[in-house]
Amino acid sequence: MKNMLSEKAVALKPSGIRKFFDLVSEMEDAISLGVGEPDFDTPWHIRDEGIYSLEKGRTFYTSNAGLKELKEEISGYTKRKQGVSYDPVHEVLVTVGGSEAIDIGMRAVLNPGDEVLIPQPSFVSYEPCAIMAGGVPVIIDLKAENEFRLTAGELEDAITEKTKLLVLPFPNNPTGAIMEKKDLEEIAAVIRKHDILVMSDEIYAELTYKEKHVSITEIEGMQERTILINGFSKAFAMTGWRLGYACAPRPILEQMLKLHQFAIMCAPTTSQYAAVEALKNGDDDVAEMRTAYNQRRRYLMNAFREMKLECFEPFGAFYIFPCIKEFGLTSEEFAERLLEEEKVAVVPGTAFGDCGEGFLRISYAYSLENLKLAIGKIAAFVERLRQQEKK
Amino acid sequence: MREELLAIIERNSRIDLKELAVILGVEEIDVANELQALQEEGIICGYHTLIDWEKTSIEKVSALIEVRVTPQRGQGFDNIAERIYKYPEVTSVYLISGGYDLLVSLEGKSLKEISGFVSDKLSTLDSVLSTATHFILKKYKDHGTILTKAYEDTREKVSP
Repeated sequence: MKNMLSEKAVALKPSGIRKFFDLVSEMEDAISLGVGEPDFDTPWHIRDEGIYSLEKGRTFYTSNAGLKELKEEISGYTKRKQGVSYDPVHEVLVTVGGSEAIDIGMRAVLNPGDEVLIPQPSFVSYEPCAIMAGGVPVIIDLKAENEFRLTAGELEDAITEKTKLLVLPFPNNPTGAIMEKKDLEEIAAVIRKHDILVMSDEIYAELTYKEKHVSITEIEGMQERTILINGFSKAFAMTGWRLGYACAPRPILEQMLKLHQFAIMCAPTTSQYAAVEALKNGDDDVAEMRTAYNQRRRYLMNAFREMKLECFEPFGAFYIFPCIKEFGLTSEEFAERLLEEEKVAVVPGTAFGDCGEGFLRISYAYSLENLKLAIGKIAAFVERLRQQEKK
Repeated sequence: MREELLAIIERNSRIDLKELAVILGVEEIDVANELQALQEEGIICGYHTLIDWEKTSIEKVSALIEVRVTPQRGQGFDNIAERIYKYPEVTSVYLISGGYDLLVSLEGKSLKEISGFVSDKLSTLDSVLSTATHFILKKYKDHGTILTKAYEDTREKVSP
């Protein structure tokens, strides 16, 4: 059969993580600092609600947009956390993970040729989703000297007449960068001036270690032009439940709902019941996990300082993004050798965009004991590289 | 810092000062001072080790005993509790709300030793009205730690 495949799909670059995943999988006893999900189990009371819903026979579709009770909880949650109100009936959509929301959000607003600004390093899905939705990705290279925040200047420089949408991925995977209120106000002025839309992926909103997270939707004139994406994976350690949500102005959400309805029907029912419990009674669990992450973050920062490895202090998510340019190796070379020689897996920064070259993503979603073990090996590797350089 | 410090050392009392300072984001000297203050205030009462004796060849039997007592005028339950907790084989004594008064946990070498303690020493105390002894058959979880299963990381090794 001729022309069997979609040219667009074929042209998509495979995820840079995939290749590394295959390498690591072959190695049985590798210590990994490579995961992008919490090490905690979903808190028991949340799992219990999921089990209970199954026992009660709640095994049917929910309405397309999600359980009414869950949408109300989500609306209450954004009000409680961010002080931003969404109408649970018309402005909230429960999705299969934040990932689905990214996909249908792009498809709901983009027309062929629309430019989508994507700051990188960032999560792997934005660029392919933009392309599949007919958009043209325009990459903004974030800089270590700005602690990988997006500046108003960088934004202004990237905007053209065709710019439709800005993706705002903070707190950031893989850098751990955050945007504080002042940073958001500065870019908001540019966004309003050029009248563009924002897709704010705030999946790590609960995991910040400085001030409380500020959402762009809290800034004057932003809620009406923003698709807010969040979910249960990171905050409540619920990755496998595949549950996220989008909050957006009604005209946008209506289109998203249509796409969701035709592609997905509805998010998993069991997960939705569990999620209601998470939002109702999960604040203490989140606080406890945040405290544990913060302890590990401080441990790693200190360890890298002692190794004299350049690294800005990240205040969000659960990643540290150290710079390895001093060794004259690419990120991939460094990560591959670290895996071969010390059996420690980290993800090369380039998996999250070309400008991640010279950096590594190190996840601290691991117990302190595990981190200590890995850090000992990384320190030995770094020391050996430096000795080799001297010779 | 106090609450977070206590939560950490309640789980791991062997963690050293330097590491405590790093993960709490404070100076070592501040941690040392706080620990000393906590001991002086009687908030930190001891540093123990959680041992799963089942996995050793040493024979140990433990039991929980519900004790109903007559409180004494002016003393309430304190006097009788003290008479009980002074026995070295008694590992804990709690005053309990509900159907009985004191919950006593006991450790001994054999069933016989424990039943002997209950019949000879505990039941014969003047204010003790009745006792009910429950032998512990298996410890699944103790002091917040699961004893029956080791943690296993079942996540994929690399994910975005």
